[in-house]
Amino acid sequence: MGAITMMKTPAEAGLAEAFETVKGRLPGRREAREQAFGLFSERGLPHRRVEDFKYTDLRAAMREVAPFAERPSRETAAQAVAPPSAFGSADAVVLAIVNGHFVREASRLDGLPEGVVIRSLSEALAAGDPLFERMKPVPAAIENPVYQLNAAFMTDGAVIHIPARTDVERPIHLRFVTTGDAPVATATRTLVVVDEAACVTVLESHEGPHGVASQLNDVVEFAVADRAKVAHVRLNAEGHDALALSTLTAELGEAVSFDTLNVTMGAGLSRHQVFLVFAGGRSLANVNGATMIKGRQHADTTLVVNHAGLHCTSRELFKSVIDDDATGVFQGKIIVEPQAQKTDGRMMSAALLLSEGGTMNNKPELEIFADDVQCGHGATSGALDEDLLFYIMARGISRAEAESLLVQAFLGEAIETVADEGAHDALVGLVEGWLKARR
Amino acid sequence: MRSRIGCADRDDVGEYDMLQINNLVVEVEDKRILNGLDLTVNKGEVAAIMGPNGSGKSTLSYVIAGKEDYKVLDGAILLDGLNLLEMEPDERAAAGIFLAFQYPLEIPGVATMTFLKTALNAQRRARGEAELTTPDFIKRVNAAAQQLEMPKDMLKRALNVGFSGGEKKRMEILQMALLQPSFCILDETDSGLDIDALRVVADGVNALRSVDRSFLVITHYQRLLNHIVPDTVHVMANGRVVRSGGKELALELEANGYADYRQQAAE
Repeated sequence: MGAITMMKTPAEAGLAEAFETVKGRLPGRREAREQAFGLFSERGLPHRRVEDFKYTDLRAAMREVAPFAERPSRETAAQAVAPPSAFGSADAVVLAIVNGHFVREASRLDGLPEGVVIRSLSEALAAGDPLFERMKPVPAAIENPVYQLNAAFMTDGAVIHIPARTDVERPIHLRFVTTGDAPVATATRTLVVVDEAACVTVLESHEGPHGVASQLNDVVEFAVADRAKVAHVRLNAEGHDALALSTLTAELGEAVSFDTLNVTMGAGLSRHQVFLVFAGGRSLANVNGATMIKGRQHADTTLVVNHAGLHCTSRELFKSVIDDDATGVFQGKIIVEPQAQKTDGRMMSAALLLSEGGTMNNKPELEIFADDVQCGHGATSGALDEDLLFYIMARGISRAEAESLLVQAFLGEAIETVADEGAHDALVGLVEGWLKARR
Repeated sequence: MRSRIGCADRDDVGEYDMLQINNLVVEVEDKRILNGLDLTVNKGEVAAIMGPNGSGKSTLSYVIAGKEDYKVLDGAILLDGLNLLEMEPDERAAAGIFLAFQYPLEIPGVATMTFLKTALNAQRRARGEAELTTPDFIKRVNAAAQQLEMPKDMLKRALNVGFSGGEKKRMEILQMALLQPSFCILDETDSGLDIDALRVVADGVNALRSVDRSFLVITHYQRLLNHIVPDTVHVMANGRVVRSGGKELALELEANGYADYRQQAAE
């Protein structure tokens, strides 16, 4: 059988060249990076004939590769984080990650309970931190080209360890900022290891300038031990020309409570992947999303929830508001393994199309191999209800304000799930700001 | 900004036309519903509109309030001399029109208080008035709620969500009391109300009667008009007003039914 030589696209060739250049100076085990890049190279950038990327053609979107960002100077980093953050929670512990590099001097790490460890990923990789032993990639991630690229190129990020029975009262805010006028590429990785019965809120914000076509690839991985409780809120407020790829993985032990909400407003093209595994029994996860896009923005949410433990409950609620010629994608898959009896999984994706030109692609899937389960999914797309608009306008409220009320109510269902008051109020403000801008 | 003639300027004029509808012709989905309707309601007057099903009563209320999908082919609707047909529904509301819906809509996720405050302040802004402070607003809502015997927890829920039919109608009247419109349309407000609720709602409406405020009360039955006693009664059939009279006309209809008018309009 003759070998088939695949033609590389310029972007793929650029990635291969970049990998050869940087692999020698990236921290950690080189073999692991080479293995990841090898897996990626076998199939290259995913395109629309690859099922999981049918609606988000990365080969078409990535024509060339931006140069990987250098570590910013202290001054650059300080300037980048000087403006108030989108979450602006006064009491948060803040990790500044500027152009893909953890900058300790620009961070605010004081006031954490005893035993909580936060270090930079590059330092942890170089030192061979034993926490990496506990972080085996979840199955859906191993095969995923976005995750593979991150594994090959990850430059920096953070490692966070919350010891058993520690209640971290102040939220930990991972503040990602991209700065500068020239496009850069970044690959960041953050590990969050939460031990037995610990409790933590993790906020993530991603901000960058408009008009700069940066290429961002971030991964946040949670390992959550028995009876621990985690709340996670992520905000994508990248510039409108950025290409933002992100992956959240979570492996949950017994009787865990795990909530995550991803809010997408930024980036020209974004894809947020959630790969969650219920490894233990009786855990509960709420996986939510709120998307507001306009212009020619493209926002993809791809979800794989793997029920491998007994008696777990998952709730997935995704709300998308699409204006102008923007495109939304929701792909959600719930897998119930044969041993995962008594699984209760419910997934819903609802889209509100505010314009004639908007598009929403919904692809919910269930793969059920156990017989005593309750699973359901639903997907809706539609315009605002004209009868409701008339009712509201008949009370003296303008059409724009009536639309805003209904959009806020629509997104509210997802945003209400945020327990952290500061983060919740910040998100409500962001929704209001987005709606004001469209009037 | 549309100018509106202030009531104070015209008090000395005495009774004058508040709402004037001339030769109104309206189609919905190529079907003619209103067929050259004429109607005048004076300032301070309570006018009842009665008529059989399908005579166009609800269409009339929607066209006055400005619902889309109604194609006005001919005629005019003037409120205080303003041409309503040129205005958006929210502009009509700010000009003084209020429609109490036959089927008030549920708005999940929109808190009742937020909705009421947004509406009240939008109208005040449109009229060049200052927005209300929160304590002042809450005081007004509580006063209106008390009069309509509405439990306070209703105000804490999303607008009309999970409300019974009667509660929804009370919420309509509460909005009316709060917004203080000059021309109120009650579209079958009595439907779905038990006797006690009907009395409470009617009392709420009666409390709002004044020399500056007119009402158009649309109903099938005489029953409501025992509680809200009209000054004039108009009978609608086949898309026009076929007879007008005093309150005794309602009693006559109750006794004889609409059969005569159906025939008359068809001829």
